[in-house]
Amino acid sequence: MNVDSVRNGIVIDHIQAGKGMEIYKFLSLDSIESPVALLKNVQSRKLGKKDIIKIDGDIDIDLEVLGYIDPGITVNIIKDGTLAEKRHLELPETVTDVIRCKNPRCITSVEQGIKHIFKLTDRENRIYRCIYCESKAN
Amino acid sequence: MRHLISITDLTTEEIDSLIDTAEDIISRPEAYREVCKYKTLATLFFEPSTRTRLSFESAMLSLGGNVIGFSEAQSSSAAKGESVADTVRTVGCYADIIAMRHPKEGAPMVASAASTVPIINAGDGGHNHPTQTLTDLLTIRREFGRLDDFTIGFCGDLKFGRTVHSLITALSRYKGIKIVLISPEELKLPSYIKKDILQKNNIEYVHSTDLTAVMPMLDILYMTRVQRERFFNEDDYLRLRDSYILTPDKLAGAKSTLSIMHPLPRVNEISTEIDSDPRACYFRQVANGKFIRMALIMKLLEVGI
Repeated sequence: MNVDSVRNGIVIDHIQAGKGMEIYKFLSLDSIESPVALLKNVQSRKLGKKDIIKIDGDIDIDLEVLGYIDPGITVNIIKDGTLAEKRHLELPETVTDVIRCKNPRCITSVEQGIKHIFKLTDRENRIYRCIYCESKAN
Repeated sequence: MRHLISITDLTTEEIDSLIDTAEDIISRPEAYREVCKYKTLATLFFEPSTRTRLSFESAMLSLGGNVIGFSEAQSSSAAKGESVADTVRTVGCYADIIAMRHPKEGAPMVASAASTVPIINAGDGGHNHPTQTLTDLLTIRREFGRLDDFTIGFCGDLKFGRTVHSLITALSRYKGIKIVLISPEELKLPSYIKKDILQKNNIEYVHSTDLTAVMPMLDILYMTRVQRERFFNEDDYLRLRDSYILTPDKLAGAKSTLSIMHPLPRVNEISTEIDSDPRACYFRQVANGKFIRMALIMKLLEVGI
């Protein structure tokens, strides 16, 4: 299967196989004008199988969200057909308005206009807790 | 401007300093009679409380200040749907400091982000209650003479008991603390507290289901209530209930220097026969709550003698 190379844009590589669509939705790629390709189950020496997203166009990517969904992702910034920058993601210290607190006793369940902020409390086990009620994200 | 939302907002030095101030207030209350003159405390209690609200109000009045507020959400604009943020912005126009109790966890943190005056968390649901922890620490130091090198037993509901979690967190900063966790299997201390607090700080701890068996080890016994609603079935509750009620016979093997604490309110978990035992210090603990709140109000208002 052939997909044109990106001239100026972003290649999100090393996405865990099956998570590509989740990332596509999180980044709201269905609403951008630029050409976008989502490749699923591509062969990978490192992962066995992986997903890749190619975006031919200059868009802002929320790396915090990407790092939270899959810290193994690599983001390649392409300029004039060549690799200008390669970023390896990691779990962000905080994520804002990405996940919602499910604790019905949390103030976020009733207070209007409040940001849902989760803080990384255990990097090894990927545990995030709500900054308001300290409930675990799930 | 400082707020007190969680006990972890204070350094160990700040906690020790608050306790020092509280002890000074106890020894010479007249010196503090006017330190908050012309200052106003607002007590915003979105759910009812006897001890905590009256303790805050009494604390401010004893410092020569004034008190305004409400004692239930129905008598506030919250009943009309006003947000916590808007409520504290409004009250900040009338008061110099706010003590707030709210049934939703994290509400005081939201308040602190919006407020122009210091916020004290006076309890947010089952989450934090830092002034109770300060009260407990002052009580331990007054009863036991120090905040290090002792064995404390926590008995009852260790799973949902916020006062227990908070006090364990605070004590983990002091040296030589040994903890005995006494509870039924159903109400054991959550594993994340064991991992994040006890193991991380190398605190020695053991778990027991038998209060009588561990009694001789204890320097301090912190009782909490085993609540019926925490059990999935009535039979389990009835089976376990009496094991965690403190009666004179269970104190047979206890040290003569033991301090028996309880955050109150008590229902039946400490027999009233214990009240006259000099080792029972839960009513002295209540009194200490006012003095530590006086010290805290002074600190957050940045006033002194």
